[in-house]
Amino acid sequence: MWQTLVRWFHKWTSPKWFYTLSKPLSFWLGWAATLLLVTALVWGLMFAPIERLQGNSYRIIFLHVPAAFLSQAIYAAIAVMGLIGLVWRIKLSFYAAKQCIPVGISMAVLALATGAIWGKPTWGTWWEWDARLTSMLVLLLLYLGLWALHNAMERPESGDRAAAILALVGVVNLPIIKFSVEWWNTLHQPATLKITEPPPMHPMMLTPLLLSILGFFLATAAWVLIRTRLEILERERKANWAREELNQMGKVE
Amino acid sequence: MMGYFDSLADFIAMGGHGLYVWLSYALGAGVFLFNLLSPRLIRKRLVTEHKRRLRREQA
Repeated sequence: MWQTLVRWFHKWTSPKWFYTLSKPLSFWLGWAATLLLVTALVWGLMFAPIERLQGNSYRIIFLHVPAAFLSQAIYAAIAVMGLIGLVWRIKLSFYAAKQCIPVGISMAVLALATGAIWGKPTWGTWWEWDARLTSMLVLLLLYLGLWALHNAMERPESGDRAAAILALVGVVNLPIIKFSVEWWNTLHQPATLKITEPPPMHPMMLTPLLLSILGFFLATAAWVLIRTRLEILERERKANWAREELNQMGKVE
Repeated sequence: MMGYFDSLADFIAMGGHGLYVWLSYALGAGVFLFNLLSPRLIRKRLVTEHKRRLRREQA
């Protein structure tokens, strides 16, 4: 039983195996995400009731909260995969960690931008140097730093290791983001969704929000799989199977 | 037909918050487009580089 499990795990850490098996996986993840997101956003924009204090501007929540959630979850994933890569020297873990970065950047940008837009009618300002907003900006800067490290290194392996170390150091920022609304006096409202309490939201608002978070999550998974496959092809291009695959791709185009 | 809203005009106006809501959703669409299209560009670059390497090997 244990042996089978270990063998199964080892297969998944093989770039070639991952390349083949992740293809149908990303396809179905992508379609599930599309279905969820269309449902969630149409529901959120058209069918969810108005919010008593904020009016219709609150509908930004269906993008803002999922993007903010994913930007932090992706960062955590990068740190974990970096650690796995450093400790067990699993190349695939580094490849996936690297390709998480652009997706993470896009989520952090969306969270910050929708937050600024939402802030204008709600707080009367686009930006404030408050704890939550500043720590989210730090997250974006960390992401950009990770990407810059990869591009600065002559050998991609050095980039992998350097980025993994920076990612691990930057993990400190994640609890700061989370607790920023409790430790400091901030403009930002406290978390709406908590594991310990039932949410103080109408089910007609809560359901599309949860569907949207799930949809963002699955879409991110699909994008990371697709990008990781391309990273594998680039880094393993000297292997026979990868060469063959690149030949095939060249013929199709 | 417009769900919570009475008319299409109401839906677009978002009770005066239309600019903020639609700007946010446009940015969201932009982020999705980026994530959908950028892998295609990477793929194209990989194929071009591969072909260039093949040509160099043959020369």
